Amino acid sequence: MGQYLVRRLLTIIPTLIAISFVIFAVLDLAPGDPTSALPETIRPEIRQQIRKAMGLDEPFPVKYGLWMRQFFVNEPLSLIENAFDIQIGDGEKRLRVTSWGRRGVPVMDMILERVPQTLWVVGLAYLVAIVIAVPIGVISAIRQYSIFDQVGTFISLIGYSIPTFFTGLLMILLFSVKLKWFPMIYDTNLQVVDWKSFVEQLRQSAMPVAVLGFFQAAILARFTRSSMLDNIPMDYVRTATAKGFRERYVVIRHILRNSLIPVVTLIALGIPAIFSGAIITEQIFRVNGLGALLIGAIQLNDIPLVQTLTFIFACLIVVFNLIADVIYGILDPRIRYS
Amino acid sequence: MAVGTETASAENLASELPQRQHRTLWGDVWLRFRRHNLANVGVVVLVLLVIGVLAGPLVYTVDPEYSFIVDDIDSINQPPSVKYPMGTDDLGRDTLARNLFGGRISLAVGVVAMFVSITFGALVGVLSGFFRRLDNPLMRFTDLMLALPSLPLLLVIIMLFRDSLKAMLGPELGIFLLVVIVIGILGWMPTARVVRGSVLSIKEKEFVEAAVSVGTREPVILWQHILPNVLSPIIVSATLGVAAAILTESALSFLGLGFPSNVPTWGRLLFENKDFITQNPWLVIWPGMFISLTILSINFIGDGLRDALDPRQRR
Repeated sequence: MGQYLVRRLLTIIPTLIAISFVIFAVLDLAPGDPTSALPETIRPEIRQQIRKAMGLDEPFPVKYGLWMRQFFVNEPLSLIENAFDIQIGDGEKRLRVTSWGRRGVPVMDMILERVPQTLWVVGLAYLVAIVIAVPIGVISAIRQYSIFDQVGTFISLIGYSIPTFFTGLLMILLFSVKLKWFPMIYDTNLQVVDWKSFVEQLRQSAMPVAVLGFFQAAILARFTRSSMLDNIPMDYVRTATAKGFRERYVVIRHILRNSLIPVVTLIALGIPAIFSGAIITEQIFRVNGLGALLIGAIQLNDIPLVQTLTFIFACLIVVFNLIADVIYGILDPRIRYS
Repeated sequence: MAVGTETASAENLASELPQRQHRTLWGDVWLRFRRHNLANVGVVVLVLLVIGVLAGPLVYTVDPEYSFIVDDIDSINQPPSVKYPMGTDDLGRDTLARNLFGGRISLAVGVVAMFVSITFGALVGVLSGFFRRLDNPLMRFTDLMLALPSLPLLLVIIMLFRDSLKAMLGPELGIFLLVVIVIGILGWMPTARVVRGSVLSIKEKEFVEAAVSVGTREPVILWQHILPNVLSPIIVSATLGVAAAILTESALSFLGLGFPSNVPTWGRLLFENKDFITQNPWLVIWPGMFISLTILSINFIGDGLRDALDPRQRR
């Protein structure tokens, strides 16, 4: 296990380098130019000097190397400094990745600003989805072909076929426009200080959470059901039943424990999507999270911000792939790392 | 069991055989598919939608860009009526005509992008499953592609290359090719994995061994023996691939990064009209309903095909 972990961690490095290269290369081909937003009155030679000062005229490998240093050395150092309030080296002179849109603001700071909103809305949706989907999947599998199973399967197929941007608009139409239960737009400035503002926070989160949660729950319920159905005909289940255990005991202690192994893996694999996949939902309800930040950056041609965000999303995918594999190994001792 | 009865039943069988209808592989698939109720509903709905968007504009000849404000100042944001079957939008344009026209593009994007991703995915899958030397590099490449965050990257690529392709091929064709190729290139990985898995297991089967032992050359084995047997996973993922591509295109358009505003795809219609949801909810209900119906029916068909093509279910 330990050896496997070390080997997997080592393979992460070339993967991340390759991904960073792809992302950097794609964006470096961009026709965008940070000086294009400057006033027209600036003379061409000065414009040229600004370009030079920003390092835009360097050859591709040099730019890539510098970006890598900024991203893998400077940014983590600054993060550690901020987190523990300590000084490592000369923090003032250290070059950080800064935004082109909001000139001079380090992109990491902009990203950290947005994390809480995304985590709250999307994380909550994911939790809701897990809490709903797993029991539904389990019950439909135990009572296969019952009314409950057929209705559940049908609804989950609908849930994963209707795009979130349509369910979102339908919910706005029903609950904001017609019934006026929930606000149409998510207000990020709302401070939760007392009971009333907490209720308000819940009210405005209800629709985005429901939209995302329904979609995720549909996928998870389908997966849980089929995983349960894989295990129900197994010999060990028949043995447990033959020993005279009650059905509830067999289901919970034997079938469920084995069926949840792939489900847990799927949940771990889905966590990166918490950060990147909510782009559309954030857009519908105007949640000021990471997805909205990315869309804004794309529209403003803010290349450093787009690069950093995309690369962070990619890092999350790689890391959670590893975590999923490790969890799988811990939960299922039959998996041998070779 | 006595020898006599066995020959008797064999004779019985022989006499029954000519009367029984000849069954083919695809005939069996069709029979099993017909038994899948939801899949049949899916086929009916999808065929209706396809006929609707293909023949609709020929029958319903209202120009999707024509603004009825010219004739009647009150013809903006109308609910469905006899004159405007699905109502009109904020510029007085006919919603039905726009949806019919938009459906053509949405469906075309879905089908063409599916072809791109399936071709690429099947190629990578077959090559890495069949040739051991290629397996490791190709699968590492697939893993790498899977680790790329697809929606953000899709948005970024479209943003970057939109203007240059627009200049080269014109706004409609340029964006169409860009959207289709990018969706295809970022969507082939699951197909490649599934196909590789099937090729690996079929390669070990006795009939392939037999073909090798009589001296069949590798290309022939690949073409004649392996490919027909991996067709079913390819067909299933092609079906689901159309739905995924339509969904992705709608999402792109919904974020305002798909087709330009004079090309109304279903996603684009949702994007344009979502701000008028309070004045005229029909504007978002129609395109959203068409997207959902298309995806739902394709997913039903995909489920049905999977069951029909799975030989383990054969009776």
